Amino acid sequence: MHSVDRLSFDGYERPDGSVGIRNHLAIIPLVGCANDVADGIARAVPGTRPCLHHQGCVQLAFDLEQTTRTITGIGLNPNVGAALLVSLGCENVPSDEIADEIAKSGKIVEKITIQELGGIAPSIQRGIGICRRMAQEISQYRTKTFDASALCIGAKCGASDTTNGIASNPTVGVAFDIVVNTGGTAIFGETTEMMGTEHILARRAVNEDVGKKIYEIVARMEERANSMGVDIRGAQPGYGNIKGGISTIEEKSLGAILKGGTGPIQGVLEYGERPQRKGLVIMDSPGREMEMLTGLVAGGAQMVVFATGRGALQGFPIAPVIKVTGNSRTIEKLGEEIDVDVSSIIRGRESIDEAGQKVFNEIMSVARGKQTKSEALQLNQCIDIWRVGPTI
Amino acid sequence: MLNEIRGIVMTKKDDVATALADLEASSVARARLGNEVIETEIKEPIPFGHKYAISEIRKGELVIKYGEVIGETLENIGVGELVHVHNIVGLRGRGDKVGRTR
Repeated sequence: MHSVDRLSFDGYERPDGSVGIRNHLAIIPLVGCANDVADGIARAVPGTRPCLHHQGCVQLAFDLEQTTRTITGIGLNPNVGAALLVSLGCENVPSDEIADEIAKSGKIVEKITIQELGGIAPSIQRGIGICRRMAQEISQYRTKTFDASALCIGAKCGASDTTNGIASNPTVGVAFDIVVNTGGTAIFGETTEMMGTEHILARRAVNEDVGKKIYEIVARMEERANSMGVDIRGAQPGYGNIKGGISTIEEKSLGAILKGGTGPIQGVLEYGERPQRKGLVIMDSPGREMEMLTGLVAGGAQMVVFATGRGALQGFPIAPVIKVTGNSRTIEKLGEEIDVDVSSIIRGRESIDEAGQKVFNEIMSVARGKQTKSEALQLNQCIDIWRVGPTI
Repeated sequence: MLNEIRGIVMTKKDDVATALADLEASSVARARLGNEVIETEIKEPIPFGHKYAISEIRKGELVIKYGEVIGETLENIGVGELVHVHNIVGLRGRGDKVGRTR
């Protein structure tokens, strides 16, 4: 059905064997306190991507471990050609270990420490010098041709309304099925939005352990929500979801899991963890955009397909985000932010399969270098690391 | 225009259809269910993307969409009436019912 050419793209082969569809120089603060320095360097060196976030310190052990895994994962993402880590100097995350772990992959990584360099100005100055050298170095990297099995795609839905469950989510699901059937990797998550669908997902698990893990992560998430002593409605489904016609978390969940397609579920990942095998996997993750996109990218996703109803705006600094909507009003109002229009499904003019093929074709175009709306608009602020425990 | 499809029903088991346009009270909405069409007399305005009942649902009964449970009713819901947060509630994530667990 597909010619070989349609299923190949030119990517950057990293020393650890992963394949990038972009060649970014990432500037990653190891703690939120280093954001201003990271941002200052990024502003001075065109083309660099600041990966600002707010974690890295004063977190309980579980969260520190999660933050460490996520920051390391961002550095290891195949779209990153080289990384500069910005340390304050007294953060709780193990800064040297993170740098070593990224360096072990063979990627160029350097670290600067603000408290050692004498504050903001000297640190920005040092960072600028390092980044200019790195930018020059990675500009010499050349691409090779890969087939679609080298793709690792994440899925997200946000600013959802009922068109998600009818059009955009099942369409992304069809594209996910094609990615999985061509040998690639596909990650979906948003554990909160699996409440009420565990039995459906567990039936698709490749073995009993994976099925059990699905029940476990959903129970864990529901327990966290219940521990606050309130009805989850208003948070999930959120205000906009309810305004869009979604009434309960179960209804949202049933629509949400459609974006994972119909493939067998190979495993359940921790937040920000990289899949060990190809195929479809679930990442335990929250529904909020920033933390979710960050988790997918830290897990190695080269791009994210984002199904939206009322019109989500998010992009990500080191990975293209493809927006898909089935809401024709959103196309009218926010057309400049949307990549793929599948509202024809709702008008009965296109089948979900046809629209899904269109989304997959867009995935291939973006893998070959086509800028997404999120890239063209430079939407780089939607990034943060999921923390589970309290700020203490 | 009268034959226009203005709703969708996801599975045969469902009690509700989703409006694909703003539906006016006293109009008849045609909803697609696969190759079938289900006609419903609309009793109150149903905004685009919201649900209306295609069969009567009694107070305390489960509401089915996508062939699965999406919640339970708080009151009797008649055919053609809006089904939303004012007359159905979810059964999951109800910390208000189970109380604080830590």
